[in-house]
Amino acid sequence: MAEFNATPDFSGAFANAGALPSNVPCRLIETSREQWLRVAEALRAAEGMLLALWGHDERDGGQGFLVYASYLTAQGLLVARLCLRNGDERFPSLARLFPCAVRMERALHDLLGVASDQDDERGWLRHFGWPREFFPLRGENRLQTSFPPTPEPYPFVSVEGEGVHEIAVGPIHAGIIEPGHFRFSVVGEKVLRLEERLGYTHKGAAKRFQTLSLAAGHRLAARLCGDSSVAYAWAYCAALEALSATVVPPRALWLRALALEHERLANHLGDLGALGNDAGFAVGLTQFSRLKEDLLRLNQAALGARYLFNFVQPGGVECDLDPKWATDLPRFYSHLDTELEQMRSIYDEHAGLQDRFRGAGVLSTATARRLGALGLAARASAIPLDLRVDYAIAPYDRMRTKIVTQDAGDVAARVVVRFQECLEAMRLCQRLLEQLPSGDIHSAPRVAPSGALATGIIEGWRGPVMVALQAGPSQSIRHCHVHDPSWQNWPLLEYAILGNIVPDFPLINKSFNLAYSGQDG
Amino acid sequence: MTPAALLRQLAQIILALALAPLFAGWIAQCRAWLQNRSAPPLTQPYRMLRKLFAKEVVLADNASPLFRATPYVLFGTMVLAAAIIPSLLTDLPFARVVDAIALIGAFATARVFLSLAAMDIGTAFGTLGARREMMIGFLAEPALLMVFFNAFLLFGSTAFPNLVERYTRHPSLLDPSVLFSAIAFVMVLLAENARIPIDNPATHLELTMVHEAMLLEYSARHLALAEWASSLKLYNYVCIGFALFLPWGIASSTQHGLWVLPVSLAALVCKLLLAGGVLVTIETLSAKLRVFRAPEFLAMAFLLAVLGLLVHLLLGAA
Repeated sequence: MAEFNATPDFSGAFANAGALPSNVPCRLIETSREQWLRVAEALRAAEGMLLALWGHDERDGGQGFLVYASYLTAQGLLVARLCLRNGDERFPSLARLFPCAVRMERALHDLLGVASDQDDERGWLRHFGWPREFFPLRGENRLQTSFPPTPEPYPFVSVEGEGVHEIAVGPIHAGIIEPGHFRFSVVGEKVLRLEERLGYTHKGAAKRFQTLSLAAGHRLAARLCGDSSVAYAWAYCAALEALSATVVPPRALWLRALALEHERLANHLGDLGALGNDAGFAVGLTQFSRLKEDLLRLNQAALGARYLFNFVQPGGVECDLDPKWATDLPRFYSHLDTELEQMRSIYDEHAGLQDRFRGAGVLSTATARRLGALGLAARASAIPLDLRVDYAIAPYDRMRTKIVTQDAGDVAARVVVRFQECLEAMRLCQRLLEQLPSGDIHSAPRVAPSGALATGIIEGWRGPVMVALQAGPSQSIRHCHVHDPSWQNWPLLEYAILGNIVPDFPLINKSFNLAYSGQDG
Repeated sequence: MTPAALLRQLAQIILALALAPLFAGWIAQCRAWLQNRSAPPLTQPYRMLRKLFAKEVVLADNASPLFRATPYVLFGTMVLAAAIIPSLLTDLPFARVVDAIALIGAFATARVFLSLAAMDIGTAFGTLGARREMMIGFLAEPALLMVFFNAFLLFGSTAFPNLVERYTRHPSLLDPSVLFSAIAFVMVLLAENARIPIDNPATHLELTMVHEAMLLEYSARHLALAEWASSLKLYNYVCIGFALFLPWGIASSTQHGLWVLPVSLAALVCKLLLAGGVLVTIETLSAKLRVFRAPEFLAMAFLLAVLGLLVHLLLGAA
């Protein structure tokens, strides 16, 4: 690997770094401690964004602990690797440059026992399920080890002042939703501060991956975040295919994109209904639920499953699309298009609904940029960021995808982005069907060299999903890290809620609709 | 008080107890139909009550006797209200001694107890709900009083039987001020009964709740009584509306035979069916207001009620 020589000009650095197999342009830099920070500084200056931060125990290979950081840059994905040798368990924190690193560094410490030099030493994923001195991802620790629960204090940041009090919400809620704890500091109904605590759905996925073969990992990846299973499975398969230099037949790629757009469409439809319902407009929920259900049934008929858990396979896709769908699917899209336009005019013209949506939960462009917002939330705050365009992989390189952005950054903007992305997704699906190549839908995966590392990255409906995959001996998984865009976007919510009133929180939260399970891993 | 009068009184209370959950069920059905969903059976609220009464009570460790007593107080005040509002007939011994102003007092008692019980456990949600409930309550009460004052000016009495009898005998007393009063009353009814646009009875979002937040810690028979009291409250409000604005069909006495009772029951059921439809239409077409818009909404109700009074005074002077 080429050593990174620190120059202020970042594009030079990218060229100097060694290539890393991936489905997008990707480079790997080996860094020393100083370079680790200098790379981050250069990237911050060049408006790069920290995407993921993870680590791996390589002590048995004589390298100590490896810490990785991946960045989104204009030229592609850049992965920086820092090797902690000779029992060193601390690394320089990136949180000063990229605030979203705080939680990722805390999670890394919980799992691997390597700590950054940031101030926040509270656990993130551990939740007293295992002792402070136990680190599950270290090689010597076995998968199934159980401990008695060891409660520890978790001090939230408190707000002082007359009339200020705290409201603790969750992790168990009045409705059946995923677990997350929200600590509000309020005066009257006004929110002064919100602190999130997540990690309740940590399942030990990273450790579980290490017991699987490369050919079976996509099944676990697809199940980490149920509403983004196509994006997760595709990101995993893209990494595996890059690792083993497997060429996927074009027809399979087109079908994957069709499935990904269907997933985007289904989630947006569900969210639009839920947003109406959270504003007390139940008609929205019933109508959008019906539309979403139509789409899920269509998925079942055309692609083999409602939520497409097993659709994306290493080397291709699970089942082919029957030729009759070439006419039936467009008919469905045009029908959905009409219904969507009707619902949109109802939402737009409903004074009560617009009063709730507009001006609620404003996330300014500056804050979104500073915190490294990704995906849908970024686009609703006027940041044109969409990997389907920025790193257009096949078949998106031929689709001329439109990036939908809105300037206001409020709930209304996130609603409009969803409406427009639904229309764009249907346009893409139509185009994908028109251009659908003929041929195989599957090619046999080739052998991945032991020890090799690769990444895969896909723009899911929330934002970019990244998988970093390293092969072990005899086609096993050495380590696999899955990154959800919610790592970046959960902190946005803490800012968007400021100055709003408590009863508007559910609506604002729903307008982001971030992942619990996918992020917790 | 004759045994016959007592029987009439008892009959009306039992009717209210029986009809209130059915009315709630009818509203749920109408709402489902308007939202293109298939509706739950009309008797679903009864099934809920049966289920809740059969369950074991779970109480918070720090619950005081107040917390345990409140469901009975709620239920008791709503039964008292049902006894004095002439829904079926006006010849009721209780209604002669308790007037509309005292009725507002009964509702206020229920509200105070529920708010105290909600704060008793010390959870954030209960306190949040209680605070919002008191804010809505103190804005809604003056508007409701104004509606009653208007009726008093029109018919010279605040006792319900007198209002209904004079109204039905002299429809010529009807004047435009009644329309203003009626709109104000519907707005108060929506706010007081935790309906959209002020509160959402169907929500699972604990941070947005008003009425439901105060009931979160209740279970089993306590919850059943509180729910039953909620449906009785809605039934009572709707019956106040009938007495003030649609009194036709309410029997004035049974002197000429018992045949008036089936007629007035049929009239009541028809009016309830209609009222359910109207309420659900309003709820389905609106979104929930931001909490801080509730004062504007109730100030509007108050203003309309006062306008009603003014219109009556001006027209009466002419």
